[in-house]
Amino acid sequence: MAAPLGTGTFTEEIGQEKQDTQEKDKAIPPERAEEAKLKAKYPNLGQRPGGSDFLMKRLQKGQKYFDSGDYNMAKAKMKNKQLPSAGPDKSLVTGDHIPTPQDLPQRKSSLVTSKLAG
Amino acid sequence: FLGAGGGNDIQWCFSQVKGAVDDDVAEADIISTVEFNHSGELLATGDKGGRVVIFQQEQENKTQSHSRGEYNVYSTFQSHEPEFDYLKSLEIEEKINKIRWLPQKNAAQFLLSTNDKTIKLWKISERDKRPEGYNLKEEDGRYRDPTTVTTLRVPVFRPMDLMVEASPRRIFANAHTYHINSISINSDYETYLSADDLRINLWHLEITDRSFNIVDIKPANMEELTEVITAAEFHPNSCNTFVYSSSKGTIRLCDMRASALCDRHSMLFEEPEDPSNRSFFSEIISSISDVKFSHSGRYMMTRDYLSVKIWDLNMENRPVETYQVHEYLRSKLCSLYENDCIFDKFECCWNGSDSIVMTGSYNNFFRMFDRNTKRDITLEASRENNKPRTVLKPRKVCASGKRKKDEISVDSLDFNKKILHTAWHPKENIIAVATTNNLYIFQDKMN
Repeated sequence: MAAPLGTGTFTEEIGQEKQDTQEKDKAIPPERAEEAKLKAKYPNLGQRPGGSDFLMKRLQKGQKYFDSGDYNMAKAKMKNKQLPSAGPDKSLVTGDHIPTPQDLPQRKSSLVTSKLAG
Repeated sequence: FLGAGGGNDIQWCFSQVKGAVDDDVAEADIISTVEFNHSGELLATGDKGGRVVIFQQEQENKTQSHSRGEYNVYSTFQSHEPEFDYLKSLEIEEKINKIRWLPQKNAAQFLLSTNDKTIKLWKISERDKRPEGYNLKEEDGRYRDPTTVTTLRVPVFRPMDLMVEASPRRIFANAHTYHINSISINSDYETYLSADDLRINLWHLEITDRSFNIVDIKPANMEELTEVITAAEFHPNSCNTFVYSSSKGTIRLCDMRASALCDRHSMLFEEPEDPSNRSFFSEIISSISDVKFSHSGRYMMTRDYLSVKIWDLNMENRPVETYQVHEYLRSKLCSLYENDCIFDKFECCWNGSDSIVMTGSYNNFFRMFDRNTKRDITLEASRENNKPRTVLKPRKVCASGKRKKDEISVDSLDFNKKILHTAWHPKENIIAVATTNNLYIFQDKMN
C-alpha cells in the first residue's frame, strides 16, 4: 500500500515513478498517468468507470446487519463459550461472524457540551 | 494576488479561534456545517456529535473603532441524537449536515438543522425578565400554604440575567429513505426543500406530517442507477425555481410552475467533456459537492473536486468562469483515491456583493477568487497566525520542480487537515472557516 499522504514521508517507489512519469508527462495527461498507476495496483478494479460502485456504497451508508435469530441460535450453540468477536474492521459484519452487542459501537449521545462553546 | 497591496484588495487578519487546542480530535467535535444568519449577527455551527453552537457578534464598541465586534457563545444545544432504525437495520448518525437560518420575523430567531433523516425547526429566544411576586408560590417555586396568604398582590416582571433558550418547534421526520444532503428555505419564507441522494421534498414550515415529493430520480431498477443528487438550493428571489446538482457534474434547474413533479428539468447546465481526457477518475472528480446561488440570483456557483465554476443562469452549455482550487492534485489522484480524499465534499460561498468566492482545500488552506480582478489568494487557518490585526501571509503550493522558500510542496501537504466548510458574513468582510474541530474567524484590516 502506498504511504499515506501528508505524513511528509514518501516511499522510494514513488520517487522512482516521478522520474519515469516526468518523461511520459509530455505525452500522457496526468489523470491518465494516475489511472494507469491505479490499474497497475488493482488490476481487478471494475471495468465501469468510478460510478455505480461508489453510488451504491453511498446509498447503503449506515447499514448494519444484526439478526437476533442468528444471534440467539449461536449463543445457544456456544453455551458458555464466548462468541467470536469482530476483527479490527468492526464496520463490516458479514460471513460467519455473528455480531454481538459488544461489537456494536456505542450509540451514546453526546452529553458533553461542544468544545467550541468552552 | 489579493492582499498583495493596492486598491481595494482585502487584507485578512486573524480575529478569533474557537475549539480545543489539542491534536487528539474526538469524532463528535468534528465541525460539519457553518452558517451566518441573514444579518450576520449570529453564526451557527453544527458538529458530528449532533450539537449546535451559536455565536453572537458583540455590539460595536464606540471606543474600539479598530475592530468589529467579537463573536461569543450565545446558545448551544443538542439538536439531534443518534438513532437506530430497527426495521431497516440502519444506523442514523446524529451529525448535523446543514443548518439554515430563517429571516428574523420577531424577537426570536429560527433555524432549520438536519441530520441524515430528520429536519428540525429550532426557536432560539431570549429571556431577560421573569415574573415575581406570586401569591401562591415562593420565589424558589415551592408552593405556599394557602392558609398563610393574607393579602393579594399582582405579580410583576423584573429584570433577570439574560437566558437564551433553544426549543424544537417542529420535527419533520420520515420523509427520506436516503441521506439528506441539503435543505434550502424558499424566498416565500413559508416553504423549504430537503434533498437526499435520490429525491427532493417540499415542506411547509408549519406542517410536519406531510411533504410533497418534487424530484424523484430513483430508477425502477436500482442496477440502472448512474447518478445521485448531491446538493439543492432554492433561487434567492424566484420562489418557483430551484436547482439540484448531481454526482455526474450536471446541474438541473426546475420550475415548480411547470408541473407538480419536477422530474423534467427546465434547464440543464453541463460543461461538455473532452473525451480524450477521460479517465477512471473523471466522473468522480466532476461530482458537484456544493451549489450556491449568488445573492443577485443571476449566477450560481458549483464546487467539484478540483475547481469552482460560476454559471450564468442564461447559459447552459458552459460555465462563464472556472477557478482552479488545487490543480496540482490532478497528478495525485491515485493516492487520493486510495485514501478516500477524492470523495471529500468541499463547500463554497459568495461574499455579500458576489464579487469574491471562497472555498477550502487541504493543509488547512482556503482559497479566494476575485471575479473582477481575476486575482486569487491562498490563506491558512492556523493557530500560528494568532495575532489579531496582523495581516495573514499568503501561501503558495509548489506543484513541481524547485521549491522556493516559503512555498510548500504538494508532498508535504497534510490531507487530514481539510477545510470543507466556510462562510462569509452577508454584509461585512468577516469570514468563518472551519478546520476539523476549530472555528476560525478572520476580518479585514480596518484602518
